[in-house]
Amino acid sequence: MAANGNYEKYTSDGSLRGRALEWFDKRFPLTSMWRAHLSEYYAPKNFNFWYVFGVLAIVVLAIQIVTGIFLVMFYKPDASLNASGIPIAFASVEYIMRDVQWGWLIRYMHSTGASAFFVVVYLHMFRGMLYGSYRKPRELIWVFGTLIFLVLMAEAFMGYLLPWGQMSFWGAQVIVNLFSAIPLIGEPLSLWIRGDYVVGDATLNRFFAFHVIAVPLALLGLVAAHILALHEVGSNNPDGIEIKDKLDERGVPLDGIAFHPYYTVKDLVAVVVFLIVFASIVFFAPEGGGYFLEYNNFIPADPLKTPPHIAPVWYFTPSYSILRSITDDYLIVLQLGVAALWVWGVRRLPDVGKVLVSIAAIAVIVGMFALEAKFWGVVAMGSSVAIIGLLPWLDYSPVKSIRYRGPIYKGFLTAFVIAFLVLGYLGTQPPAPASQIVAQVCTLIYFAFFLMMPWYSRIDKCKPVPERVTFQ
Amino acid sequence: MSTEGKMDCGRRRLLVATAAVGGAGAVATLVPFLSSMLPSERAKAAGAPVEVDVANLAPGQMITVEWRGKPVWVINRDAEMLATLPKLEGELVDPRSEARQQPPACTNETRSIKPNLFVAIGICTHLGCSPTSKFRKGEAEGMPADWPGGFLCPCHGTTFDFAGRVYKNKPAPTNLEVPPHTYLSESRILIGEERKGV
Amino acid sequence: MKANLVRKVGLALLFAPLVACALLSAPLIVSAAEGAHLDRAPDVRNDQAALQNGAKIFVNYCLNCHGGSFVRYKRLTELGLTEQQVIDNLMLTAEKIGEPMRVAARPGEQKQWFGVVPPDLSLVARARASADGSAADWLYTYMRSFYRDDQRPTGWNNTIFPNVAMPNVLWDLQGQQELNSQTHRLELPVAGQLSPAEFNKQIADLVGFLVWAAEPGAGFRKQLGLGVLAFLLVLLGVSYALKKEYWKDVPKN
Repeated sequence: MAANGNYEKYTSDGSLRGRALEWFDKRFPLTSMWRAHLSEYYAPKNFNFWYVFGVLAIVVLAIQIVTGIFLVMFYKPDASLNASGIPIAFASVEYIMRDVQWGWLIRYMHSTGASAFFVVVYLHMFRGMLYGSYRKPRELIWVFGTLIFLVLMAEAFMGYLLPWGQMSFWGAQVIVNLFSAIPLIGEPLSLWIRGDYVVGDATLNRFFAFHVIAVPLALLGLVAAHILALHEVGSNNPDGIEIKDKLDERGVPLDGIAFHPYYTVKDLVAVVVFLIVFASIVFFAPEGGGYFLEYNNFIPADPLKTPPHIAPVWYFTPSYSILRSITDDYLIVLQLGVAALWVWGVRRLPDVGKVLVSIAAIAVIVGMFALEAKFWGVVAMGSSVAIIGLLPWLDYSPVKSIRYRGPIYKGFLTAFVIAFLVLGYLGTQPPAPASQIVAQVCTLIYFAFFLMMPWYSRIDKCKPVPERVTFQ
Repeated sequence: MSTEGKMDCGRRRLLVATAAVGGAGAVATLVPFLSSMLPSERAKAAGAPVEVDVANLAPGQMITVEWRGKPVWVINRDAEMLATLPKLEGELVDPRSEARQQPPACTNETRSIKPNLFVAIGICTHLGCSPTSKFRKGEAEGMPADWPGGFLCPCHGTTFDFAGRVYKNKPAPTNLEVPPHTYLSESRILIGEERKGV
Repeated sequence: MKANLVRKVGLALLFAPLVACALLSAPLIVSAAEGAHLDRAPDVRNDQAALQNGAKIFVNYCLNCHGGSFVRYKRLTELGLTEQQVIDNLMLTAEKIGEPMRVAARPGEQKQWFGVVPPDLSLVARARASADGSAADWLYTYMRSFYRDDQRPTGWNNTIFPNVAMPNVLWDLQGQQELNSQTHRLELPVAGQLSPAEFNKQIADLVGFLVWAAEPGAGFRKQLGLGVLAFLLVLLGVSYALKKEYWKDVPKN
């Protein structure tokens, strides 16, 4: 993968190791990959704390895969009841917890890892927003990342069905039923996803196949693409300036340092700190206060008994809140919003754009009259994730990093973060009239952050960026 | 970056120390994963010792019980059966049970704790079929005229005597395995466990 | 300047609703905190005698209707009992000590008698946790909150679990409580074999056993955790020193 130029093949120093390496390197791009991606990949020297989450995401992915492989040795995806009247899938998890040597540890690592994955990925994405890591020429990295996020949500959702507890079953039941809101194809689509009229053994087994093999393969491929795309253009940094603009005589960026050994050694510290936090949870609080292992999920799934309060796992609550906030009354607000966007957009776009935007706006506004709020809730939830992928084309600021942006952007970003956190909290609570309004306002703020960005990023007063990175 | 090849002493020491601590951690982490593949509590419970009462087992009769998924024979050998054992020395691969196919207490001429009661795992030591009993002498059960009685494995023709010892020039290499067992009383045998002082 | 004004108005528009929402949701958060009041279950995790007593109560009173089908009898030796003690005193529904604590009754019959199959209790001490308190608190309160109610088929009701199908199995030990309709408090007009303090101790032991049964390895898990954290701190020290050493090379700007 000589992305940045051709590397010479390794020549032996005469030793056995040297000769073996030379033989291998003639037939495989080993040393060229090593140099392109590690020892001669020059990363900015001013990476801060926020830059640690990419590596941590890889670490968590590895933890999930290894623990997952061992769990699959003992888990049985079977919804039928055993001799004691308990579903076999649920019983197999308790088998792991009690009868398999060290099974409890492998299980807790996997359940904690799932939550850790989302903590790490949310912070990783936030870093991208802080420093403009999605700006040109890094748009594709960001698009791959959005896809990874989507695929990760699917992986977690399907994995959560497997323990076959009350939350597993009813959460899946609710979410799969959402697809039935899609006009015309909704009901058959839900039936096809489930493989049955309700979530049952058929659903469990196919979610198992996806969760264990199909989706992880997709995830690994996307992660590889994500990193390759990054290495093709080089990393961004907290100052948002391009280190490749200033090279020394050898063509090495003045503000660049070799990823190996400098960042391998620094990331090792970060990984150890992460493991300390991870181990604290695994060994001392694996239930995570009921957020990592939900209390209700210690009861076997009962299709005839709905729990009084169904909530998705914590990492889905912001999206879930957005979905829940779309009511018939709220649709009017959204129609006004779409109209406002049309007014603003139609003036700026060329003729083709004008026509397309007008058709889309009319379709959405008419659709919001014709189709029920349930459908638009699903659309809103999907859009809330998809719109993240559009960021590179919404940001018109002359600077990348928040360090040099003006107060308007900072205000919007702060509001966005608060709205996101509030939506997350509200998603854990049962619906109520007052919190309904709060969720609707926060949904508006969430979308406003993105949709108004072409406007406010242009008028914002930015500070001048430095010549060299800030590194003391 | 430091100069090629030469590394500062302190740096090397820290590198070695980190690698050592990290390596120890990695090995320690491996232990639970590999151990998880050992028999679980459920497997151990299912593989627990089996008690069999042979009070009603008449001389010359055999019963079969299951232990760890395998057939275990208990044969109450009569005097005639026991008499065949010393005469077969020359025809057997391991007449004195030198290979460790039985507990120390059964490393004797009758390969058993009590002379008449023979306990053995009924699985041929060749490829795992279960031999058929051919207790009657001679040609009565389709065996050659000089057959003293014992077992014939139908799969590849190995023969065993009344102490489970394998005949020469047959496919199976060793005598039938005798499982660890304890007499809880004169007629109650606990198969699968050797308890001292019972 | 216009941009300035636009900015200020924009920010105000953005934050005012957020502030309003915060004010609106404050009462929500407060009201969510008030729920059913649960008594604190005493912590008997390290009291082996209490846990053994709890096992005895469970086997004698609960195993008739409720299973503990994920707990193997052999595991009870971790409470300080020998295998023989378990076999002689506690193993009522199995022949071999490796077997699980299955319920004595048949689920089909139970559905007919009670209308619902009594749930397996192996994990009840993890499942009944909520914002109101731990599952142990719930169980401790529940087992002591039965009261006489002739409207119910069993003759018993429960303040924590209204219209529960379970009868008050321990009524002869506790006595018969009644719910005072004015004060909404439970009173004990008919005493049982045990005084309230003695009864509470028995329930605490039973709940302690259920907590143990829900995760028998919890004690070991925490001990191991201490060792793992100690190791990781050592690794942190040495890897941080390594990082510092290498980063001496990198020139400041």
